[in-house]
Amino acid sequence: MTSNAPSEKRLEELREQAWREGVVPDKGVDVAGGPIPRKPGYYGQPVVRPPVWTWQVPLYFFFGGMAGMAAVVASGAIIFHQVDLARAAMWIAAIGGAVISPVLLIMDLGRPRLFLNMLRVFKHRSAMSMGAWILSTFGACVVPGLIALELNAHQVFAGTLDQLLCVASCVFIFGSAIFGTLLATYTGVLIGATVIPAWFLHRALLPIHFGTAGLGSAAAVLELLGHRMPALNVLGFYAAAVESALLIWLSVDKHGVADRAIHEHGSGWLIRIGEVLNGPLAIVLRLLGMVPFAAISFLIGALVSRFGWIAVGKVSGSDPESVFAAERY
Amino acid sequence: MNQRKHSYVRDHVEVGFFTDPSVCIGCKACEVACKEWNQVPDDGFTWSGNSYDNTGHLGASTWRHVMFLEQDRQKGNQVTGPMGLASDSEDPFRWVFLSDVCKHCEEAGCLEACPTGSIVRTEVGSVLVQNDVCNGCGYCVVSCPFGVIDRRPEPLHDAGGAFKCTFCYDRQKSGLVPACAKVCPTESIVFGRLDDLRARGAERVQQLQQGGYTDAQLYDPTETSVRGIHAFFLILGEPEAYGLPPKPQVPTIYLKSAWTSAFATAIASIIATLVAFAFFS
Repeated sequence: MTSNAPSEKRLEELREQAWREGVVPDKGVDVAGGPIPRKPGYYGQPVVRPPVWTWQVPLYFFFGGMAGMAAVVASGAIIFHQVDLARAAMWIAAIGGAVISPVLLIMDLGRPRLFLNMLRVFKHRSAMSMGAWILSTFGACVVPGLIALELNAHQVFAGTLDQLLCVASCVFIFGSAIFGTLLATYTGVLIGATVIPAWFLHRALLPIHFGTAGLGSAAAVLELLGHRMPALNVLGFYAAAVESALLIWLSVDKHGVADRAIHEHGSGWLIRIGEVLNGPLAIVLRLLGMVPFAAISFLIGALVSRFGWIAVGKVSGSDPESVFAAERY
Repeated sequence: MNQRKHSYVRDHVEVGFFTDPSVCIGCKACEVACKEWNQVPDDGFTWSGNSYDNTGHLGASTWRHVMFLEQDRQKGNQVTGPMGLASDSEDPFRWVFLSDVCKHCEEAGCLEACPTGSIVRTEVGSVLVQNDVCNGCGYCVVSCPFGVIDRRPEPLHDAGGAFKCTFCYDRQKSGLVPACAKVCPTESIVFGRLDDLRARGAERVQQLQQGGYTDAQLYDPTETSVRGIHAFFLILGEPEAYGLPPKPQVPTIYLKSAWTSAFATAIASIIATLVAFAFFS
């Protein structure tokens, strides 16, 4: 039986070639399971495991970073007597750091009901353990800090108690600022100190990126809430300038096959789009005086690049060639 | 060696596995024994098309994995291949089987990373996940340089936690040999004292090299930050072909540079904020 289907035609050709030449030397396509696999490693199987983390983790990186750095902005505002700004910043820090972040982290666990086991031990050599403690301490500073600040601002109490509240709010706000900077930056250590090639090769860059994106995000949200002031604009410029520098760093500091997940695939595009939005584009929009647009651009960029870095981890961790290549560094 | 009772747990003796592909016949009894004894759920029946290996990779529900390597090389002085291929043939072929397992590293990435203290080191030097403590954060998964440990997905039994080879700690406590070693018909998997096994491995490499297996070597990365593994292998050829990293590193070595960068960023952010408020208010 003959057919005109392409597959049948191909078989006919092979038969003719075999008849004519006595041999068909063409290797043809690399059949999965054909003898002598030509894929790198063991049948192209991953050497390390890609992260199992889902959408909650990059979202947590975004909100945690913003909340942590909002506490820093709140401290600056308190020192320079801008109580309204400090209150808004502390609300962002409290909602982001004491509500949204823990919820996202617990949702991401394989067994959410055991989340308290995170505080079972203190291990300085585990960035995950440090992160759990940093987030808890941040929450323990930011919530009383906000309550004290609000009570003080609304003049609920009078006299000595009010003065005590003022002191307490300052102490808690400065405390949340210190742990806030760690909350915003430790996430870079968290993914930098792993076996995923594209992550550990950029372990110095990641905390700078996550921390600065957090600072810029905090300033951007405050601006969008109506706090248009030069200080926040300067912070916006600073964060966007650092992000632009990181974009250049990332495109210069290439490691070929080892970190190709950053420069190729969809994951590479997420990183690039994110960095352009919160780097150069945010600067240009600020220079043009379009502050709200700059703020939105920065926020979207910060969010997209967080998703980008997790996507990079998934691509890079599944790529055996990257793992082999990275071991040369 | 694998059938004797022992008291290693009571005596706190470091134990290990020595896995030798040169005598492995690819029967997969170790995979089956591991699944049965530890009641590991099945993780799907898929046909990979990769030789006779449909298991693929170690994972949350695969604690022993027999690899089937097809290589264009001679297996020692053996005459292999179709129709009595001569030993100096231009089209050589060999089939190598190796039973992969958790390496129970000297410096274990998973153990260092675990934030709950669920992963511990036992009296016999093995690395054990305490299933009832693990909350499934997934950080060990990206901290294992060998891609061994993984989080078990829904809807499998005990889903959400991280799982890997237990070194049959429960059996060892009763003086029994791990299930995989117990069933191995050729003693390709040998269980015993780590120092004994290291000597045995070195001797076997020598034996094989004399027998024409010029590319036989031990895979035990003692020179890297992993500082050696308790379940080590003899391999024929390069580690890459077995999906084994040539220079595995425990990721804690990256902590110093990453934290330095984090602290620098923290300080820079505080200074930038103070400057912004001081000079631009």
